[in-house]
Amino acid sequence: MGIAMQIVEISTASIPADLMGAQVEKVNVKIGKLSAVVPESLRFCFQIVSQDTPLCNASLIIEEIPIVIKCLDCNIEWTIDEPIFSCQKCNGGAVDIVSGRELDISSIEIAERDE
Amino acid sequence: MVTGNNKTSTREIKIVRKVLDVNETIAAQNRKTFAGKNVFVLNVMSSPGSGKTATLEKTLSRIMPEIRTAVIVGDVCTSNDADRLAVSGAPVVQVNTDAFGGDCHLAAHVIKTAVGNFELEEIDFLIVENLGNLVCPAEFDIGEDLRVVVLSVTEGEDKPIKYPLMFRVCDAALLNKIDLLPYLDYDKKETLKNIRQVNPNMPVFEISAKTEEGFEFWIDWLKQNIKKKIK
Repeated sequence: MGIAMQIVEISTASIPADLMGAQVEKVNVKIGKLSAVVPESLRFCFQIVSQDTPLCNASLIIEEIPIVIKCLDCNIEWTIDEPIFSCQKCNGGAVDIVSGRELDISSIEIAERDE
Repeated sequence: MVTGNNKTSTREIKIVRKVLDVNETIAAQNRKTFAGKNVFVLNVMSSPGSGKTATLEKTLSRIMPEIRTAVIVGDVCTSNDADRLAVSGAPVVQVNTDAFGGDCHLAAHVIKTAVGNFELEEIDFLIVENLGNLVCPAEFDIGEDLRVVVLSVTEGEDKPIKYPLMFRVCDAALLNKIDLLPYLDYDKKETLKNIRQVNPNMPVFEISAKTEEGFEFWIDWLKQNIKKKIK
């Protein structure tokens, strides 16, 4: 819920002055598969907290980012579907998470009336 | 797109911001405050009922008064845990998150406010007992130096792989209630295998907060970490 509230707050603050009062159509976010967010729950919370805001009719478009890890010894990267954080080559545990922890807002899309 | 006589188009406004960047900014401020006052901060996380409070009661009795310790306890409601920990003589602040919308975690701004209740010059070590939850607390940096997760043998062996982020972000795991092992069909090897799968280099301390079995290794490790920062 707190995460949905932050998304609404950041998006609302990002509406340019010349589009005040316009309806936001889409909010594009990137959610890593390792983040503590379930897309369905986030959509549900977003619907609730966006009521009475310029985002009330907006769809939350979630791009899920796969978990990519890198072995610091072998210097190779690969994508994991299961939470196995050891190197597939040397079996070592010195791995970095390259992606999969994202919780980012990338953009909002607003309908503009052309003159 | 054409609606009636008015043409409309869509304008995309790039934002590119972390959803939690406000939290991360305040966490960085907290970290700076703690560094300036030489306070080592431990964030303790777990599911409800794993024995966090009992573990901390016994931990406090072993490190105080040698290490001047204070505690922040997070719960949705009640001050039961704070009352138990205050018996140690450590200053304790209870945070009830129902005042913050019933949050399921302690966020950095909550810690910042709670810390205002302590004289940081008189503290070497601050323990934050987070809310019982293996999901959200893993996502919220509070400005701590060290994170530990408490897991008990009455929970499933697959907790580490069900909640991988928690076991990735923590620096050590405490496997609690080992005094109950003779009475349970619990596969400890499976649990350890699952922890290693998620975090191959994670230290695991097998403890019983009831009998204090295994505590010497946990306390030694904790003190070493505190003393690295607090000279």
